[in-house]
Amino acid sequence: MLRLEKRPSPSRTWQWATPVLAVVLTMIAGGIMFALLGKDPVEAIRTIFWDPLFNPQFASYSRPQLLVKAGPLILIAVGLSLGFRAGIWNIGAEGQYIMGAIFAAGVGLALYPVETRWVFPLMVVAGIFGGWLWAMIPAVLKTRFNTNEILVSLLLVYVAQNILASMSLGLLRNPEGGGFPGSRNLGQIPAMANPELIAGTGMHWGVVAAFVVVIAAYVLLQRHILGYHIKLAGQAPRAARFAGVSPAKLTVLCMGISGALAGMAGMFEVTGPAGQISIDFNTGYGFTAIIVAFLGRLNPIGILLAGLLMALTYIGGELASFMLSLPSAAIQAFQGMLLFFLLAVDLLTNYRIRLKKREIA
Amino acid sequence: MQRRTILKGGAALGFATMMGGKLALAQGLEKVKVGFIYVGPIGDGGWTFQHHQGALAVQEQFGDKVEIVWQENVPEGADAERALTQMALSGCNIIFTTSFGYMDPTNAVAAKFPDVKFEHATGYKREHPNVSTYNARFYEGRAIQGHIAGKMTKSNKIGYIGSFPIPEVIMGINSYFLHARKVNPAVELSVVWAFTWFDPAKEADAAKALIDQGVDVIAAHTDSTAPLAEAAKTGGKVIGFGQASDMAVPEYMPTPRVTSIIDNWAPYYIKRVQALMDGSYAQVDVWEGIPGGEVLIGEITDAVPADVKAEALAMRDAIAAGTYHPFTGPINKQDGSAWLADGATAPDGDLLGMNFYVEGIVGDIPS
Repeated sequence: MLRLEKRPSPSRTWQWATPVLAVVLTMIAGGIMFALLGKDPVEAIRTIFWDPLFNPQFASYSRPQLLVKAGPLILIAVGLSLGFRAGIWNIGAEGQYIMGAIFAAGVGLALYPVETRWVFPLMVVAGIFGGWLWAMIPAVLKTRFNTNEILVSLLLVYVAQNILASMSLGLLRNPEGGGFPGSRNLGQIPAMANPELIAGTGMHWGVVAAFVVVIAAYVLLQRHILGYHIKLAGQAPRAARFAGVSPAKLTVLCMGISGALAGMAGMFEVTGPAGQISIDFNTGYGFTAIIVAFLGRLNPIGILLAGLLMALTYIGGELASFMLSLPSAAIQAFQGMLLFFLLAVDLLTNYRIRLKKREIA
Repeated sequence: MQRRTILKGGAALGFATMMGGKLALAQGLEKVKVGFIYVGPIGDGGWTFQHHQGALAVQEQFGDKVEIVWQENVPEGADAERALTQMALSGCNIIFTTSFGYMDPTNAVAAKFPDVKFEHATGYKREHPNVSTYNARFYEGRAIQGHIAGKMTKSNKIGYIGSFPIPEVIMGINSYFLHARKVNPAVELSVVWAFTWFDPAKEADAAKALIDQGVDVIAAHTDSTAPLAEAAKTGGKVIGFGQASDMAVPEYMPTPRVTSIIDNWAPYYIKRVQALMDGSYAQVDVWEGIPGGEVLIGEITDAVPADVKAEALAMRDAIAAGTYHPFTGPINKQDGSAWLADGATAPDGDLLGMNFYVEGIVGDIPS
């Protein structure tokens, strides 16, 4: 008989081994699923994990695209991880991402057709502010009225989506767009564009920001008193209170940081890869970032790697979907498996499996 | 993949023939790799399903001489550009992008791959010589649906599930309403906007909202069968139409699906791939409808009274023969100002930029 035994303290080895194990298990289970769909499982797995990096036909294009896709994921996930560590659950990064993009685009388009390059930093500030503001709603409601931040932040995503639709159709609609929804293409306005910094690398300002934020978060958690408070509040809330950490202040701070980073990601996306405010501007980065945060063990370096891995499954998944005619639902199931297995094998961090002989009654 | 570019002049042509037909004619391709970018899943039973039928028809027609690849559920934004680029890199010679929102990505990627042909459905931007656009006159089918709706409604309330308030959808709403009002002056139209092309849950909610308002005929400009499924739950009280695809499944027949608009893309896809093979390919902007066979009217079921059915078919035939235009004046705009004078028909430019309701429709276009 197998029996679970709680470890006295979480295993450090397993803490780092579980993501790797989860990936391996996903490959195996995913391979079985692909085989059941009548595709060659080895070829499918190779297309997803190998081709975007090394296929001679695509790799020169796909590799930089990894950064484009991973940039916003990392930026949002790092922000979320700070709150998650302190037990503050911001599930609505998607909404903050949208609001950041709307604020940034709004400021930029209000100044159109200005040509000075100073517009861009101004838009970054506006994006950060938009995301921060949207995160402040659940934060303040929690600290003032003790509402549940999970529900409030999540529901505000749907509000943000409706504001996005209204902006695309109304206030921010391109007056020269022939009545079609969607703003001007910010990517084509030099003063507001967030282009590739070095051609063929996929590197844009959002990716740069993601790297900076990873380092900043690492330093914060290792060296700064705030990082210590965040960790303490998550591990021992009572002890944190005795140590003088105000839960309300921490909530406002963590929600604010994650909202600001999500807003910043939205800003870089709307001026770069997406190019414009449109009804379906958001494609779920805010939600996927939650997976990335946990896959990366809420650790900034881990999130960096997890973000790149997630981007790989997206881009590889796209390749597999048209090269092998895999249904897109199978790719989504494959990505879902990754989170599922991660959560499942996470058990091994806190428990160990013991063989036990059945006792005769 | 071989691309012959210098075989010009009779001598070269003669030489090519002497080679036993091994060489294609000028710029013609021996084998064509065709890509399709879909906004929904191929099993949506509507819009994307119908495009995929066109893709399969190309495969059927040319067999080994073509290779078909497709990608489903491609979001209309930054991801579309990547999907298109990867398809072009994989060696596609021609790529059909089958939703309005792919307009900018299609043109952006076309700039980077001048040798690949891009065909964008329902758009209007052709920024590069390798971008063509194609569309179908769905409003012609809407006229027939409107006629049936006006005749069949008992509550005098008819409904329309709009996807996005773009001209293509607005002209469908106007055509539907005009023809319902023409045969039933008491008819009122409710429009619900779903702001999605494919989302069965939202489409079902929109249908429910309409049914709750007392609407008993629902037309939808979204891609799934969800509105019909909702109508089916009313036990015959509410009818609807197959949209984009015939949707002629036994559960929905003879009611709620009383007829359908079928987007018939196969002939166009075959024609374009053929043109690429024989070297006659050229940039186009195509907008065909019932006369050209791009829009078909699905079987009208027995739930529709025989006289109404006969009138509907007569209208179809008149449109096919070119003797009737669904937008024939006098037609006023919603605000009462004149749009079309008596006997005048709508110029295509007016239709492609249509951003107003016609007189009699209550409510505003979201803006």
